[in-house]
Amino acid sequence: MVAAMNLDMTFAALADPTRRAILARLAKGEATVMELAAPFKMTQPAISQHLKALEDAGLVVSRVDGTRRPRRLAKAGIEAMDQWLEMLRKALEKNYNRLDKVLANMEAPTTRTGEKR
Amino acid sequence: MSKLTVKTEGDTHVVVTRRFAAPPEAVYRAHTDPKLLQKWLLGPEGWSMPVCISEAKPGGKIRYEWTNRKGGGFHLTGEYVELEPYSRIVHVERMFLPDRTPDNHVETRFDADGTGTLMTVRMTLSDAKTRAAMLSTGMEKGMEASYVRLEGML
Repeated sequence: MVAAMNLDMTFAALADPTRRAILARLAKGEATVMELAAPFKMTQPAISQHLKALEDAGLVVSRVDGTRRPRRLAKAGIEAMDQWLEMLRKALEKNYNRLDKVLANMEAPTTRTGEKR
Repeated sequence: MSKLTVKTEGDTHVVVTRRFAAPPEAVYRAHTDPKLLQKWLLGPEGWSMPVCISEAKPGGKIRYEWTNRKGGGFHLTGEYVELEPYSRIVHVERMFLPDRTPDNHVETRFDADGTGTLMTVRMTLSDAKTRAAMLSTGMEKGMEASYVRLEGML
Protein backbone atom coordinates (compact mmCIF):
# COMPACT_ATOMS: atom_id res chain seq x y z
CA MET A 1 0.00 0.00 0.00
CA VAL A 2 2.78 2.40 0.94
CA ALA A 3 4.53 1.64 -2.34
CA ALA A 4 1.31 2.29 -4.25
CA MET A 5 0.85 5.66 -2.52
CA ASN A 6 4.38 6.72 -3.38
CA LEU A 7 3.75 5.74 -6.96
CA ASP A 8 0.59 7.83 -7.03
CA MET A 9 2.73 10.79 -5.96
CA THR A 10 5.32 9.87 -8.56
CA PHE A 11 2.77 9.88 -11.35
CA ALA A 12 1.08 13.02 -10.07
CA ALA A 13 4.49 14.72 -10.07
CA LEU A 14 5.09 13.56 -13.65
CA ALA A 15 1.71 14.81 -14.86
CA ASP A 16 3.07 18.34 -15.27
CA PRO A 17 5.01 19.22 -18.45
CA THR A 18 7.33 21.66 -16.65
CA ARG A 19 8.26 18.97 -14.14
CA ARG A 20 8.96 16.50 -16.92
CA ALA A 21 11.15 19.12 -18.62
CA ILE A 22 13.02 19.63 -15.33
CA LEU A 23 13.61 15.86 -15.12
CA ALA A 24 14.82 15.81 -18.73
CA ARG A 25 17.29 18.59 -17.88
CA LEU A 26 18.46 16.79 -14.72
CA ALA A 27 18.96 13.59 -16.73
CA LYS A 28 21.93 15.45 -18.31
CA GLY A 29 23.46 16.22 -14.92
CA GLU A 30 22.85 18.11 -11.69
CA ALA A 31 21.72 21.75 -11.74
CA THR A 32 20.81 24.56 -9.36
CA VAL A 33 17.40 26.27 -9.18
CA MET A 34 18.84 29.25 -11.06
CA GLU A 35 20.19 27.03 -13.83
CA LEU A 36 16.89 25.16 -14.02
CA ALA A 37 14.82 28.36 -14.13
CA ALA A 38 16.83 29.85 -17.03
CA PRO A 39 15.22 27.96 -19.96
CA PHE A 40 11.67 28.38 -18.55
CA LYS A 41 9.67 31.58 -18.48
CA MET A 42 9.15 31.08 -14.77
CA THR A 43 10.32 32.66 -11.53
CA GLN A 44 12.72 30.81 -9.25
CA PRO A 45 10.02 30.34 -6.55
CA ALA A 46 7.79 28.70 -9.17
CA ILE A 47 10.61 26.35 -10.17
CA SER A 48 11.27 25.66 -6.46
CA GLN A 49 7.61 24.62 -6.07
CA HIS A 50 7.97 22.14 -8.91
CA LEU A 51 11.22 20.84 -7.43
CA LYS A 52 9.50 20.30 -4.09
CA ALA A 53 6.81 18.18 -5.78
CA LEU A 54 9.52 16.17 -7.51
CA GLU A 55 11.46 15.75 -4.25
CA ASP A 56 8.32 14.69 -2.35
CA ALA A 57 7.69 12.11 -5.04
CA GLY A 58 11.21 10.75 -4.58
CA LEU A 59 12.26 11.62 -8.11
CA VAL A 60 14.79 14.35 -7.30
CA VAL A 61 17.30 14.83 -4.49
CA SER A 62 19.48 17.78 -3.53
CA ARG A 63 22.88 18.12 -1.89
CA VAL A 64 24.55 21.02 -0.12
CA ASP A 65 27.62 22.53 -1.80
CA GLY A 66 28.56 25.70 0.08
CA THR A 67 25.73 28.13 -0.65
CA ARG A 68 24.52 26.06 -3.63
CA ARG A 69 21.99 23.28 -3.42
CA PRO A 70 22.29 21.44 -6.72
CA ARG A 71 19.51 18.99 -7.60
CA ARG A 72 19.92 15.66 -9.36
CA LEU A 73 17.73 12.74 -10.37
CA ALA A 74 17.05 10.20 -7.62
CA LYS A 75 17.84 6.67 -8.76
CA ALA A 76 15.13 5.14 -6.59
CA GLY A 77 12.37 7.24 -8.10
CA ILE A 78 13.43 6.56 -11.64
CA GLU A 79 13.70 2.84 -10.90
CA ALA A 80 10.20 2.84 -9.37
CA MET A 81 8.85 4.16 -12.67
CA ASP A 82 10.62 1.44 -14.62
CA GLN A 83 9.27 -1.16 -12.20
CA TRP A 84 5.77 0.11 -12.69
CA LEU A 85 5.94 -0.19 -16.48
CA GLU A 86 7.39 -3.68 -16.00
CA MET A 87 4.41 -4.67 -13.80
CA LEU A 88 1.88 -3.38 -16.31
CA ARG A 89 3.79 -5.31 -18.96
CA LYS A 90 3.52 -8.49 -16.87
CA ALA A 91 -0.23 -8.06 -16.32
CA LEU A 92 -0.79 -7.62 -20.08
CA GLU A 93 1.54 -10.51 -20.91
CA LYS A 94 -0.66 -12.81 -18.80
CA ASN A 95 -3.72 -11.95 -20.91
CA TYR A 96 -1.83 -12.26 -24.18
CA ASN A 97 -0.25 -15.59 -23.22
CA ARG A 98 -3.79 -16.84 -22.66
CA LEU A 99 -4.79 -15.38 -26.03
CA ASP A 100 -1.93 -17.34 -27.69
CA LYS A 101 -3.59 -20.54 -26.44
CA VAL A 102 -7.07 -19.40 -27.55
CA LEU A 103 -5.68 -18.65 -31.04
CA ALA A 104 -3.92 -22.03 -31.23
CA ASN A 105 -7.25 -23.74 -30.46
CA MET A 106 -9.29 -21.70 -32.93
CA GLU A 107 -10.27 -23.30 -36.21
CA ALA A 108 -8.32 -22.11 -39.21
CA PRO A 109 -10.10 -18.84 -40.08
CA THR A 110 -10.48 -19.88 -43.74
CA THR A 111 -12.76 -22.86 -42.91
CA ARG A 112 -15.53 -20.57 -41.60
CA THR A 113 -17.67 -23.45 -40.32
CA GLY A 114 -19.86 -21.04 -38.41
CA GLU A 115 -20.83 -19.08 -41.50
CA LYS A 116 -24.45 -19.29 -42.62
CA ARG A 117 -25.06 -20.42 -46.17
CA MET B 1 11.57 -13.90 -26.23
CA SER B 2 9.74 -10.89 -24.93
CA LYS B 3 7.19 -10.12 -27.61
CA LEU B 4 5.32 -7.42 -25.71
CA THR B 5 6.29 -3.77 -25.55
CA VAL B 6 4.60 -1.07 -23.44
CA LYS B 7 5.61 2.55 -24.05
CA THR B 8 4.33 6.01 -23.29
CA GLU B 9 4.24 8.40 -26.23
CA GLY B 10 3.94 12.18 -25.96
CA ASP B 11 1.80 13.43 -23.07
CA THR B 12 -1.38 11.41 -23.59
CA HIS B 13 -0.65 8.09 -25.32
CA VAL B 14 0.25 4.60 -24.23
CA VAL B 15 1.31 2.23 -27.02
CA VAL B 16 1.35 -1.54 -26.60
CA THR B 17 2.66 -3.94 -29.27
CA ARG B 18 2.53 -7.74 -29.32
CA ARG B 19 3.15 -10.41 -31.97
CA PHE B 20 0.89 -13.44 -32.38
CA ALA B 21 1.47 -16.64 -34.35
CA ALA B 22 -2.09 -16.54 -35.79
CA PRO B 23 -3.15 -14.46 -38.81
CA PRO B 24 -4.88 -11.04 -38.38
CA GLU B 25 -8.37 -12.46 -38.96
CA ALA B 26 -8.07 -14.81 -35.97
CA VAL B 27 -6.60 -12.15 -33.66
CA TYR B 28 -9.31 -9.68 -34.73
CA ARG B 29 -12.04 -12.24 -34.01
CA ALA B 30 -10.50 -12.97 -30.59
CA HIS B 31 -10.86 -9.25 -29.84
CA THR B 32 -14.51 -8.91 -30.93
CA ASP B 33 -16.26 -12.29 -30.37
CA PRO B 34 -17.63 -12.38 -26.78
CA LYS B 35 -17.14 -16.16 -26.45
CA LEU B 36 -13.47 -15.81 -27.35
CA LEU B 37 -12.91 -12.65 -25.22
CA GLN B 38 -14.21 -14.49 -22.16
CA LYS B 39 -11.42 -17.03 -22.55
CA TRP B 40 -8.48 -14.67 -22.32
CA LEU B 41 -9.33 -11.08 -21.22
CA LEU B 42 -9.25 -12.00 -17.55
CA GLY B 43 -6.37 -10.22 -15.82
CA PRO B 44 -4.98 -11.94 -12.74
CA GLU B 45 -5.28 -15.68 -12.11
CA GLY B 46 -8.58 -16.56 -10.39
CA TRP B 47 -10.69 -13.92 -12.16
CA SER B 48 -13.39 -14.64 -14.73
CA MET B 49 -15.68 -12.58 -16.98
CA PRO B 50 -19.27 -13.83 -16.51
CA VAL B 51 -20.75 -10.95 -18.55
CA CYS B 52 -19.28 -10.08 -21.95
CA ILE B 53 -21.23 -7.92 -24.39
CA SER B 54 -19.40 -6.99 -27.60
CA GLU B 55 -21.56 -5.64 -30.44
CA ALA B 56 -18.93 -5.37 -33.15
CA LYS B 57 -20.46 -2.62 -35.29
CA PRO B 58 -20.07 1.20 -35.24
CA GLY B 59 -21.92 2.48 -32.16
CA GLY B 60 -22.12 -1.09 -30.81
CA LYS B 61 -22.04 -1.59 -27.05
CA ILE B 62 -19.18 -3.05 -25.03
CA ARG B 63 -19.62 -4.29 -21.48
CA TYR B 64 -17.24 -6.58 -19.60
CA GLU B 65 -17.87 -7.64 -15.99
CA TRP B 66 -15.16 -9.39 -14.00
CA THR B 67 -15.40 -11.26 -10.71
CA ASN B 68 -12.99 -13.19 -8.47
CA ARG B 69 -15.91 -15.15 -6.95
CA LYS B 70 -14.86 -13.88 -3.51
CA GLY B 71 -16.99 -10.75 -3.61
CA GLY B 72 -14.50 -8.76 -5.68
CA GLY B 73 -15.53 -7.33 -9.01
CA PHE B 74 -15.44 -4.39 -11.42
CA HIS B 75 -16.69 -3.62 -14.88
CA LEU B 76 -15.90 -1.75 -18.07
CA THR B 77 -18.26 -0.17 -20.58
CA GLY B 78 -17.53 1.20 -24.02
CA GLU B 79 -18.67 1.80 -27.57
CA TYR B 80 -17.23 0.73 -30.90
CA VAL B 81 -16.46 3.69 -33.15
CA GLU B 82 -14.97 2.12 -36.30
CA LEU B 83 -14.33 -1.45 -37.40
CA GLU B 84 -12.29 -2.51 -40.43
CA PRO B 85 -12.32 -6.31 -40.48
CA TYR B 86 -9.71 -7.72 -39.93
CA SER B 87 -7.21 -4.90 -39.64
CA ARG B 88 -8.43 -2.15 -37.31
CA ILE B 89 -10.78 -1.46 -34.39
CA VAL B 90 -11.44 1.95 -32.82
CA HIS B 91 -13.37 2.02 -29.57
CA VAL B 92 -13.84 4.08 -26.41
CA GLU B 93 -13.79 2.48 -22.96
CA ARG B 94 -13.88 3.41 -19.30
CA MET B 95 -13.62 1.37 -16.10
CA PHE B 96 -15.84 1.43 -13.03
CA LEU B 97 -13.68 0.69 -10.00
CA PRO B 98 -16.39 1.41 -8.81
CA ASP B 99 -15.91 5.12 -9.70
CA ARG B 100 -15.96 5.88 -13.39
CA THR B 101 -12.50 6.47 -14.88
CA PRO B 102 -12.02 8.98 -17.74
CA ASP B 103 -12.62 7.73 -21.28
CA ASN B 104 -9.78 5.89 -22.95
CA HIS B 105 -9.83 6.12 -26.79
CA VAL B 106 -8.26 2.97 -28.16
CA GLU B 107 -7.13 2.17 -31.70
CA THR B 108 -6.12 -1.46 -32.24
CA ARG B 109 -4.35 -2.41 -35.48
CA PHE B 110 -3.76 -5.95 -36.70
CA ASP B 111 -1.02 -6.06 -39.34
CA ALA B 112 0.07 -9.23 -41.13
CA ASP B 113 3.60 -10.16 -40.03
CA GLY B 114 4.82 -13.21 -41.95
CA THR B 115 2.27 -15.91 -41.13
CA GLY B 116 1.37 -14.12 -37.90
CA THR B 117 0.14 -10.74 -36.69
CA LEU B 118 1.70 -7.64 -35.25
CA MET B 119 -0.91 -6.00 -33.04
CA THR B 120 -0.52 -2.32 -32.07
CA VAL B 121 -2.80 -0.89 -29.38
CA ARG B 122 -2.65 2.89 -29.17
CA MET B 123 -4.47 4.38 -26.19
CA THR B 124 -5.23 8.10 -25.99
CA LEU B 125 -6.18 9.75 -22.70
CA SER B 126 -7.54 13.27 -22.45
CA ASP B 127 -4.42 14.69 -20.77
CA ALA B 128 -1.17 13.79 -19.04
CA LYS B 129 -2.76 13.72 -15.58
CA THR B 130 -5.43 11.26 -16.73
CA ARG B 131 -2.81 9.03 -18.30
CA ALA B 132 -0.79 9.09 -15.08
CA ALA B 133 -3.90 8.06 -13.13
CA MET B 134 -4.59 5.20 -15.53
CA LEU B 135 -1.03 3.99 -15.32
CA SER B 136 -1.01 4.00 -11.52
CA THR B 137 -4.29 2.02 -11.54
CA GLY B 138 -2.58 -0.53 -13.77
CA MET B 139 0.19 -0.70 -11.21
CA GLU B 140 -2.22 -1.57 -8.43
CA LYS B 141 -3.82 -4.28 -10.58
CA GLY B 142 -0.38 -5.67 -11.36
CA MET B 143 0.44 -5.79 -7.66
CA GLU B 144 -2.87 -7.46 -6.96
CA ALA B 145 -1.95 -10.12 -9.52
CA SER B 146 1.34 -10.82 -7.78
CA TYR B 147 -0.40 -11.07 -4.40
CA VAL B 148 -2.88 -13.57 -5.84
CA ARG B 149 0.01 -15.60 -7.22
CA LEU B 150 1.71 -15.46 -3.84
CA GLU B 151 -1.47 -16.75 -2.18
CA GLY B 152 -1.39 -19.66 -4.59
CA MET B 153 2.13 -20.59 -3.47
CA LEU B 154 1.41 -20.53 0.27
